[in-house]
Amino acid sequence: MSSDVPTTTGTMTAAGAAAKASVAGVAPSPGVSKPDPILTVDHVTRRFGGMTAVDVGHLEVQRGIITALIGPNGAGKTTFFNLITGFDKPSSAPKMIGGPKAGEAAKSTFNGTDVGSIGATKAAKKGMVRTFQLTKALSKLTVLENMRLGAKDQPGENLFVSIFKPLWAKREAEITEKAEELLARFKLLEKKDDMAGSLSGGQKKLLEMARALMSDPVMIMLDEPMAGVNPALTQSLLGHIQALRDEGMTVLFVEHDMHMVRHISDWVIVMAEGKVVAEGPSGTVMDDPAVIDAYLGAHHNTDLGDDSLLTDEVAEELAAEVTAEEGKA
Amino acid sequence: MLIITGVLMAGSLGASPAQAATAPPLTAAPCATDPATGCLQGTIKLPNGDPAVGIKLEIAGAGLDTVAVTGDDGKWSQAITAAGAYTINLDTSSIPDGAVLDSATKNPATVNGALNKNTGYVFKIVGGTTAADGTTTQTPTTDAGTGVTFERFLQQLVSGIRLGLLLALAAVGLSLIFGTTGLSNFAHGEQVTLGGLLAYLFANVLGLNLILAAVISVAICAATGYFQDALIWKPLRRRGLGTTQLMIVTIGLSIALQYAFQYFLGASTVRIDQANPVTVALGPVTLSAQSLISMGIAVVIIALVGFVLVKTRIGRATRAVSDNPSLAAASGIDVDRIIRLVWTSATALAGLSGVLLGLVLNGVNWQTGLQLLLLMFAAITLGGLGTAFGALAGAMIIGLVVELTNLVLPGDFKYATALVILILVLLFRPQGIFGRRERIG
Amino acid sequence: MDQLLGTLNAILNSAISPQTAALAIAAIGLNIHFGYTGLLNFGQAGFMLIGAYAFAISIIGGLPIILAVIIALVAALIFALILGIPTLKLRGDYLAIVTLSAAEVVRIVGRSSLLTNVTGGSNGITGNEYRSPFTDLSFFGDGRVDFGPWNYDATGSNGWWFIATAWFVVALLCLFVWAIMRSPWGRVLRGIREDEDAVRSLGKNVYSYKMQALILGGVIGAIAGIVYILPASLQADSMGRSMTYFIFTALLLGGAATVFGPVLGAIVFFAIRLFVQGIAGQFVPGNIMNGQQTEQFAWIVIGITLMLVVIFRPQGILGNKKELSFDVK
Repeated sequence: MSSDVPTTTGTMTAAGAAAKASVAGVAPSPGVSKPDPILTVDHVTRRFGGMTAVDVGHLEVQRGIITALIGPNGAGKTTFFNLITGFDKPSSAPKMIGGPKAGEAAKSTFNGTDVGSIGATKAAKKGMVRTFQLTKALSKLTVLENMRLGAKDQPGENLFVSIFKPLWAKREAEITEKAEELLARFKLLEKKDDMAGSLSGGQKKLLEMARALMSDPVMIMLDEPMAGVNPALTQSLLGHIQALRDEGMTVLFVEHDMHMVRHISDWVIVMAEGKVVAEGPSGTVMDDPAVIDAYLGAHHNTDLGDDSLLTDEVAEELAAEVTAEEGKA
Repeated sequence: MLIITGVLMAGSLGASPAQAATAPPLTAAPCATDPATGCLQGTIKLPNGDPAVGIKLEIAGAGLDTVAVTGDDGKWSQAITAAGAYTINLDTSSIPDGAVLDSATKNPATVNGALNKNTGYVFKIVGGTTAADGTTTQTPTTDAGTGVTFERFLQQLVSGIRLGLLLALAAVGLSLIFGTTGLSNFAHGEQVTLGGLLAYLFANVLGLNLILAAVISVAICAATGYFQDALIWKPLRRRGLGTTQLMIVTIGLSIALQYAFQYFLGASTVRIDQANPVTVALGPVTLSAQSLISMGIAVVIIALVGFVLVKTRIGRATRAVSDNPSLAAASGIDVDRIIRLVWTSATALAGLSGVLLGLVLNGVNWQTGLQLLLLMFAAITLGGLGTAFGALAGAMIIGLVVELTNLVLPGDFKYATALVILILVLLFRPQGIFGRRERIG
Repeated sequence: MDQLLGTLNAILNSAISPQTAALAIAAIGLNIHFGYTGLLNFGQAGFMLIGAYAFAISIIGGLPIILAVIIALVAALIFALILGIPTLKLRGDYLAIVTLSAAEVVRIVGRSSLLTNVTGGSNGITGNEYRSPFTDLSFFGDGRVDFGPWNYDATGSNGWWFIATAWFVVALLCLFVWAIMRSPWGRVLRGIREDEDAVRSLGKNVYSYKMQALILGGVIGAIAGIVYILPASLQADSMGRSMTYFIFTALLLGGAATVFGPVLGAIVFFAIRLFVQGIAGQFVPGNIMNGQQTEQFAWIVIGITLMLVVIFRPQGILGNKKELSFDVK
């Protein structure tokens, strides 16, 4: 890859070492307390009809590190993601009448404030910005318009102000400048006037990530950032993720590909059948017998870190399962 | 413009409240508009719906002072050569005995005539008597709540069940189409109209036996569904049109069909079997024999549809496609074949509903289906979009609500009540009665 | 030949008539709903009717014309709130069904015999009951004025004063739509049209924007209602479902999500109708198609035109296929 993109193959950065060190003393057991949690989740369950998709008792995410959320298909990772970011509501959410008992109701705290039932918009406003498994680049807007849409504090987004351009032109110029910087960093600058729909799958992933960064998030949550991205771009994506952490951002991402997880994550959380079954530093977790049991399933004898695991057939199979899962949700 | 004036006439005369907006001018009278000529016109009907013949109207204004008389079809018209205000004075003595001018109708009325267009005005005649001194007494209309008695309640209840059953026949198809293809078919109402009009064509115009006529009509309606899917919807799905786009296509189809009906039929309402109906008294409730038979047929057919959906292979496949088309396709179901079958049976059911409606109600006209479409949408939303059994339950509820509303509110409001209920349901249980929460996304 | 000239003359007259302007205004409002935001409003005629009733009844009640207009706009705003609150959080179909139904309710209640004293029942309200305050504002003087192929009264109903005011409003609204749609506010709407969740994940309050769009388009619909009834009379049945369908046809013909599309569409809509009617009347013998049938034939052609436009040129006359406004895949 080009030289200015940080890659995973080099020596560990100082920030990376610090991140790993911050969770070095934490015991690798599900639901363990972290020294400086940015996100704390309690009693989050989600049922679809009779099936329990997610049932997480307690989970903390450490500030300033890269945390990976892994697990087999149907483990409830994406549903859990939707629950934290306000795109779905826990079945255990407190209700006015007939809700769960006090102390058993869903509760989540982000950066010191309660984010239990504030909805997706407010969660994003508090700095928890996410991307989607199936990219949601707004394909009939240009790349630059996509970026501008991500920015916060735009006076021109008020209907009455929007009528008069002088009232919002200054802020528009600022965010355009910022958007172009980010696009340059993500190698999309020459595409800025193209419709986002004309980008390749990997470029859309990059655009979505860049767009999320427009709002200066505190924590960025990536839902399968590497799915469907060609290997060359994957390297650059991983580099970008590490760079974000090195700038002090917290990263939480969902991933199937264990190889990637092993290389870049500082902490790994494993989900299976809706529950957190293990967590710990990547090396430790992957040797955990509970993880091998729960996660490996059919691929018991293969190396988790082996890229060849993701042959085309397996990838298609996974994609089909994902579609089915999406359909259900 | 022409549409608007046409509306005046089509919309306001009948007792039916949901008469919709766009009948073009109905007059077959010699007045034709051009840039130098305008027309004043209207249709007058007797309380029983027959045309009022020989009603005299004095028309004055802009240098004109003349008398127009309604013809055999109840229509009158007067050509004008200058735009401006005209006064129309209906000669009340020309109204037949036993009828009077509705007190809400202005007489004399003032209209603004314009060149190159038709200007309508409606005189409404209702039942009543004229005393020797010229004062009139209007007979209270039956549909405007004359107190709630238990007998009336029962009567309306049975009417509600009748409407609910006929509505369900049509709505189940609409719901199945929505379930399997995601399409809200705005032309489904026209399929109902088509059924009724075909039955009229075969039974009354061509003189076939009623049952034979009904069977042929339903078969033709089924064929329209089959060929619609083969010639329009399947190719469009292949082209990858989105559901919004397809929905607007159905709106275009609906407009085209409505006017095609008018093209051949005009705005008249046709009754399929004009023999005097035999009535059957069940305790305090009186029903025509036709109504009873129609309800029986509807129950049997609905039960049959339910049986097919639940017990047969093809029915389970249909529900699987409704649930998740890609999963159904992956598990070896021929989705296109199922959709073809759904279109065919949905249009057949709608056609049957139209035939029965034509038999039990006052008849069928070009907008019968249009009026029913709203109730169908309300029914399937109430039941849960895309669930066939929800559509059935929703239709029964809507049917009952519409007819029972008549007890306390004037007839005009019955549709309004059904729609208000729809809005309330969406507020509090948007997934409908049988819908699953996940579906409403 | 005379017949053809007559047709041409009728088309020229309809091209500038206030009714055409009213259809264009209603389509401009619907464009904000459907074209820019993707809201399926099938009750635009209901907004027109609400505006028309509020205006006419206020004038008859003795209020000054400015106040009557304001009341009409407020009435449309309230109507939009009632429709939007239960539906804007649900899938698009629900808004379609509710708006369609609510517009019918307005029409049915308006023409109900119970309200004859207020709304005139099914006979409606004749123009001269509410027209004079508007006619009094005219500074066009009396007499007839020739302008190109058109010859009208200066001030009388359907005269130049009505025509000029109606088209002035159209121009003003085009300018307004252009101004707000190039702004960040318009950008958010276009984002919502494509993918609500993506916009939500960027911290925008999607519900609020959809509501703003629904209100704005509805209020413009109310203006259309006023323009529509000023030169004519107020008749509930003239603003029924078919009117909504015609507005949709005009919008899609001209090009959704374009500034001038609705205006061009409205003119072309009437031109097609009159042209087909004129041609059919001229060339098809009367025993095959009588005068009334030529008109119905013209409407059939309009319906088929709508189908063909949506299938083969969904962007309309003015639209850009890359920025199509609805879910064309």
